[in-house]
Amino acid sequence: MTEQPQVPEADFRSYYGRPILKPPRWREPELPAYLYLGGLSGAAAAMGAVAAATGRRPLARAGRLVGAGAGMSGTAFLIAELGRPERFLHMLRVAKPTSPMSMGAWLLAAHSGLASAAVGSDLTGLLPRLGALAGAATGVTGPLLATYTGVLLSDTAVPAWHEAQRHLPFLFAGSAMASAGAAGLVATALRSRQERVPPARLAVIGAAIELAVTADLERGLGLTGETYRQGGAGQMMRAARWLTPAGGLAALAAPRSRVAAVAAAGLLTAGALATRFGVFRAGPASVADPKYVIASQR
Amino acid sequence: MTSNRLSGPLADVSGDAGYVGHPPRVGFFTDTSVCIGCKACEVACKEWNGLPDPDGDALTLTGMSYDNTSELGSNAWRHVAFIEQGATSARGGDPPSPPGRGAGPPGAPLPSARAGLPAVADGTTVADVVTAVSSSADVISAVMDDGDTGATRWLMSSDVCKHCTHAACLDVCPTGALVRTEFGTVIVQPDVCNGCAYCVSACPFGVIDRREGDGRAWKCTMCYDRLRGGLEPACAKACPTDSIQFGPLDELRAIAQTRLAELHEAGTTEARLYGADPDDGIGGAGAFFLLLDEPEVYGLPPDPVVTTRDLPAMWRRAGVAAAMLAAGVAVAFAGRRP
Repeated sequence: MTEQPQVPEADFRSYYGRPILKPPRWREPELPAYLYLGGLSGAAAAMGAVAAATGRRPLARAGRLVGAGAGMSGTAFLIAELGRPERFLHMLRVAKPTSPMSMGAWLLAAHSGLASAAVGSDLTGLLPRLGALAGAATGVTGPLLATYTGVLLSDTAVPAWHEAQRHLPFLFAGSAMASAGAAGLVATALRSRQERVPPARLAVIGAAIELAVTADLERGLGLTGETYRQGGAGQMMRAARWLTPAGGLAALAAPRSRVAAVAAAGLLTAGALATRFGVFRAGPASVADPKYVIASQR
Repeated sequence: MTSNRLSGPLADVSGDAGYVGHPPRVGFFTDTSVCIGCKACEVACKEWNGLPDPDGDALTLTGMSYDNTSELGSNAWRHVAFIEQGATSARGGDPPSPPGRGAGPPGAPLPSARAGLPAVADGTTVADVVTAVSSSADVISAVMDDGDTGATRWLMSSDVCKHCTHAACLDVCPTGALVRTEFGTVIVQPDVCNGCAYCVSACPFGVIDRREGDGRAWKCTMCYDRLRGGLEPACAKACPTDSIQFGPLDELRAIAQTRLAELHEAGTTEARLYGADPDDGIGGAGAFFLLLDEPEVYGLPPDPVVTTRDLPAMWRRAGVAAAMLAAGVAVAFAGRRP
């Protein structure tokens, strides 16, 4: 006699097992790279603004440079994602609060512009007051740029992203702080240990937030949560679970050790990238099998 | 009263979008109980709208009954679904299994119709199947026997863009390419769309898609050009059984209620309306359906919700997270500078 399973597998009816939703047309590495760069740009510029306000000139300059550079390269990735890249300026035809991408395009344009103006003024010595003002303004645009991407992903029908709407802004905020701290540690690696204290602290705070929110995200989404634990997304999330705490621990030692500072920067950057790729990959995985859509609606 | 702009019932969608003195909202009522699966709607749509077949794979067979279109997409704005199932499966039980054949899960293709036939894989050509099928006469007669005894039923349904009251595609479009028309329908302006693909991920029905090679998003326009000229959409015009009915949405909803009551009285208790309720997650669909089984059996989401319903809360959380980030940076710099 053959054994019968006592608890049948949850049975979802579907149309030939086909997905109900279209897979996201956003691509790797463009979109997750943009998520990382947007976060880095925002948090680094904010770090630069506070560094300038507290008289730490090298760190201020580094923060603005990274803020401008990451903002520009992030923009390039976004344009590369378009089906009609030559029409990227159509993004600025309208300003729509119901479209996180519209708000994000304006935010990215403003932030990158301000950060570039601050860097330009800093490097050339021209218009120092306006440059300082632009740099201070990135202290406002930066944090928003780093967190709106959570809304960008959540405001979709994709189960893994939509259902993570309570987590993603905080996850990306923490990850961005860790990334900016990493950039600050590199910039201050050859300077005095006191100069490395703020970026090291920022990195530790960011890594702690990133870890805490990720743990809650993977446990808290019911059936959909498994899309963060399985397949390509699971690989990335597991990698981040080692890289980010290792980076955070190294950052604790970073003020005393240059080697630790550089190691922390590498580990935290890799961890932040892995987190972004993991979150991104969970989206298509949650669409490929219709059970996630059906389970979240039944 | 301008509430319910993101979700909930909305009496005047065109007025809400800024139209003054606009025509009544129009829509489709697709009554799948009289669909015969002829695909005249698919053909009429492709012809009228000049939809391309960029892959040149119009003759590829999927193995999913008579459905070789597979899904709605940038080049298929009507899609006829074919579901073969045991007659009792819709009422919760498994169909009686003919000897020697396993029963499939409810909603799955009926095993008897497929088990004995040569496997049809993606990419099989028509000629392959004709050759293979002509040597399987016994299987075909077995399938026809099932039909004669009423052991099988065939569900057919012509799917289309729902033209939601609260359309997520339109809400999230960053360029303003997606707009509400004076008829209450939703269309893409091809000269504006820059192919960002946000609408593709926002649509809770998996309708709109980006066209390969073209780079822009495309979907059903409810034949906006024909509407402007006082004509009904091509699919409704071509439908020989009036399974696809076009008209003012209010009238269609009343017709659908009457039809549903008729069917229930005749004993077809599994009949249900889908997308007709203004209180549902999308504020009611402009194109709604009468179905004979659960929505997911037809490839439709059971209870879709417009993602932007949650957007105000999402923005608030992003604001709080941004404040947390700023506070974290401040804390990192706290303390006396040496």
